[in-house]
Amino acid sequence: MSSFEETGPSTPVTEGIRVDKVKPRARLGKRVRALIVVIVAIILLVPVAVMVMTAFKSRSDVVSVPPKVLFEPTVEGLVFLLTERSQMGEAALQEAMANTEDLNLFERVALENGQRINGPSDFLRRLRNSIIIAFGATIASVTLGLFAAYGFSRFEVPGANDLLFFILSGRMLPAVVVTIPIFLMYRQLGLHDTHAGMILVYTVFNLSLTVWLLKGFIDEIPKEYEEAAMVDGYSRFQAFYKIVVPQAATGIAATTVFSLIFVWNEYAFALMLTSENARTAPPAIATMLGRGGIEWSAIAAGTLAFLIPVLIVIFAMRKHLLRGVTFGAIRQ
Amino acid sequence: MAQIELRQVEKRFGDFQAVQPIDLTIEDGEFVVLLGPSGCGKTTTLRMISGLEAVSGGKIFIGDRDVTWRDPADRDIAFVFQLYALYPHMTVEKNIIFPLEAEKASKEVIQSRLKHVVDLLQIKHILRQKPGSLSGGDKQRVALGRALVRKPSVFLMDEPLGALDADFRETMRAEIRKLHIAENATTVYVTHDQVEAMAMGDRIVVMSDAVVQQVGTPHDVYYDPSNLFVARFIGSPGMNLVEGAYSDGMVHLPGDNQYDVPDRWRPALEKHLSGENVILGFRPEGAHANETGELSAEVYASDLHGAFNMMHVALEEENVDAVVHIRGERGSGHEIGDDIRFNLDSEMVRFFDPVTEQAILLEATS
Amino acid sequence: MTEVILKDITKRFKTVTAVDGVSFEITDGEFFVLLGPTGAGKTTTLRLIAGLEKLDSGSILFDGQVMNDLTPASRDVAMVFQQYSLYPNMTVYDNLAFPLRSPVNKLLEDEIRRRVEEACEILRITHLIERKTAHLSGGEMQRVSIGRAIVREPRLFLMDEPLSNLDAKLREALRVELEHIQKTQGSTTLFVTHDQVEALTMADRIGVLLEGKLVQLGDPNEIYDRPATIYVAQLVGTPRINLMKAERDNGLLHVEDSPIRIPFEGHEGEVPVSCQLGVRPEDIQPDSDGQFTGEIVLTEPLGVETVLHIKCGEQTLLSTQSGITHWHYGDEIRFNIVRQRLHFFDEEGSRI
Repeated sequence: MSSFEETGPSTPVTEGIRVDKVKPRARLGKRVRALIVVIVAIILLVPVAVMVMTAFKSRSDVVSVPPKVLFEPTVEGLVFLLTERSQMGEAALQEAMANTEDLNLFERVALENGQRINGPSDFLRRLRNSIIIAFGATIASVTLGLFAAYGFSRFEVPGANDLLFFILSGRMLPAVVVTIPIFLMYRQLGLHDTHAGMILVYTVFNLSLTVWLLKGFIDEIPKEYEEAAMVDGYSRFQAFYKIVVPQAATGIAATTVFSLIFVWNEYAFALMLTSENARTAPPAIATMLGRGGIEWSAIAAGTLAFLIPVLIVIFAMRKHLLRGVTFGAIRQ
Repeated sequence: MAQIELRQVEKRFGDFQAVQPIDLTIEDGEFVVLLGPSGCGKTTTLRMISGLEAVSGGKIFIGDRDVTWRDPADRDIAFVFQLYALYPHMTVEKNIIFPLEAEKASKEVIQSRLKHVVDLLQIKHILRQKPGSLSGGDKQRVALGRALVRKPSVFLMDEPLGALDADFRETMRAEIRKLHIAENATTVYVTHDQVEAMAMGDRIVVMSDAVVQQVGTPHDVYYDPSNLFVARFIGSPGMNLVEGAYSDGMVHLPGDNQYDVPDRWRPALEKHLSGENVILGFRPEGAHANETGELSAEVYASDLHGAFNMMHVALEEENVDAVVHIRGERGSGHEIGDDIRFNLDSEMVRFFDPVTEQAILLEATS
Repeated sequence: MTEVILKDITKRFKTVTAVDGVSFEITDGEFFVLLGPTGAGKTTTLRLIAGLEKLDSGSILFDGQVMNDLTPASRDVAMVFQQYSLYPNMTVYDNLAFPLRSPVNKLLEDEIRRRVEEACEILRITHLIERKTAHLSGGEMQRVSIGRAIVREPRLFLMDEPLSNLDAKLREALRVELEHIQKTQGSTTLFVTHDQVEALTMADRIGVLLEGKLVQLGDPNEIYDRPATIYVAQLVGTPRINLMKAERDNGLLHVEDSPIRIPFEGHEGEVPVSCQLGVRPEDIQPDSDGQFTGEIVLTEPLGVETVLHIKCGEQTLLSTQSGITHWHYGDEIRFNIVRQRLHFFDEEGSRI
């Protein structure tokens, strides 16, 4: 029983009832915008689709004009990517043709092109280098960045603003500008073409990104959380890793992904500071040569293979990246 | 100035019913307070009146115009926000005349209205300053000034005193009320603080969980709350509410206490109780400590409230749900653990049905 | 439980002296409230005692032992913050157990469980024990915060405006409960607030702070009945005390800007010719045969009492009457002033 006055019509008012005031024109606008987004997404994904298709096209399909959308997929690209081959002489060719059952898939494909497989190519090794160096550098820069960010966020650091700007300035230089000086330094120090050397250079360059991103995330975590823990008997370090780190998990995940992507795709240092031992995939993919020209299908296959580790990482972290952050503030 | 009418106004956010359909008429020049705890729907209702939020159903009239689908700018209202919303890069003077400039009023009109507002609010000394350097109370005055300068039909205020320290709130409360008397402006004011609502409102609309619980004058909601929620919510502390079995004109309260129900209430109780139990309600000032008192209890806590003491006494030992608050004289010397006896003022007791949570009304004597 | 002594503690932040030579004592089992507006230095004082800030000078002693250089973890104090101290993705149980699992405590799980369950009983949150704290209401969260302090059974409780962020009604309910818990457990507690109602109702003793300095120390009755300065008189008591300038002329007090003349019968101190006169609203009483007259310019019916704003000359006086009264805007009213409870303050604002 509510004792409020009844005024106006006692039957429910039916005209003009809408869930939210939406003018008909506004509704159309929403649909048009959604359509535009879908079109843009498709346009952006076309190069990726082309690359995937190219990886599985035969040599002739690759260069056909107009480009073939429907084609017979082959593993030629993969074979060219992963193996070292050489032309066989007439005699060897005849012999091999006769004993096809002994050959595995790769050897058969090579045979179709008149080639014999000599051994695996360098590609897998390059990919392995990429993984070691990129993950190593990412872990190092995110960890160091986390500690530095916490320090800047929680403590009174003398000259903090200047220091932070200095750190940021590291990103302002194109890497190419410093490759030669670093090349010379590395040669002196014996760091040229070593995994350690590459991890070092990437870590340093990534720190400006990680410190700035992580400081932003840590600043958002109220310092009362750690203070409560410290008063309760935890040391600051324990409060840091038991409380701040879990709370900053989404920020750390996002920072990790950005760092990883930067290092993974990096070309200038990878080219200049490595040769045989520590060379990573990007320079390797770009220079794949074959008989009579550039092996497009191999390049496409290599690019596809190159994409996969990063996709795996992003997929594994997707929940952290998408999850909203809740802090449980007391009021509202 | 204008009358405001809400007819079956409601608000849904997806599946969530934020405000159940309301019918309400606010008279020209009235100061109505929408009161309730956080999340009850009061701010949403205010925002619907202002046009900042669209209705999910119903109609809103200001004056004689149907403003249900009109933009806020078309409704001739002024809105005072909780966090002032002053433009930080403009001086106080510019902030105040900004709405008039938006209306393209003439220079003479702007100057005369500005002078009127400045005199009323006594803010001449801060006209040249920017909001950043003002105190909370001054900022609130400027926000009020900006609302007043336009002479709109209706003032809408969303917890404008919430961000101020307790003593400022008292002062500003009186100022807003005096402003209202001077301008005679139809005002709708939202707050969660029932002291503010009681002090300022001509009528109070008590809301909880999207539903209007009661609409009435401060006297009505204080002395005759229509249900348990209003009884608890109004007054600090709220009304004491104790449940007990009712039989033969007696309420059996916790701790072996028996309350003798006044004669005039008995017919109503006989007729309207759904079950065996009744809830007895009385305000702290409606209980009087007395050595020969009818009811006995043990002192649970005792506080100084300035001019008087508030004693929290438990009708039954260790039963936190049976604690009631009694207002007492200072220096009465009751300590925690002491026993105390008291009587209830028979004019001030009320009864509620525990099942329906509604107040039991006195039968009119024929 | 512990006795706490603060001697002359001072803390500066760059150019601001947040706490300036503050000294007071808290006896074992006492509920001590530090009262003052925002920026008075009360939170800083609390943090100094907890060890979250370092002293610039002075000393803090617990039971005679100097605490100045000890880390927060080794002081054995428990702190209840205004907000943000519960870990949102942990359950209530884990939040309450968290302090007990710290390296300083080294408790066994059995003992931890016992303490957590006991705290839940006291705070009536046993039904919430498995819920994640992000899904609790404001009042429930604060109960858990208080529980986190209780489980530690520390020597001292520090509370930093724990009720300030709650709705008015919740604040009332929790206030009574906190008071009861503290009294029955006998815990030494330092409670900081800007709300004078909280101070008056809960404290055994109150310390009033203004701009880093301790202005008055005493129990609630003393603070209310004999405020040491105008500031304290205005801070404590609602509605505010009426303050007027007055001149003494032989046996009469002339209240400035008004026709009020009060017969003056001498006072414990020497009252100068010109002073500030303080009268509490409950000491201004309407009386149809009253000595003074005025006009009602505002009525505020609060339910349990009504505040009348009475204009007398150029002064506006506040008077409280119990219940909801019949007075209206514009009415003429006669009233008396209770002479036994006048407060006198000199030019600087100190009590006479």
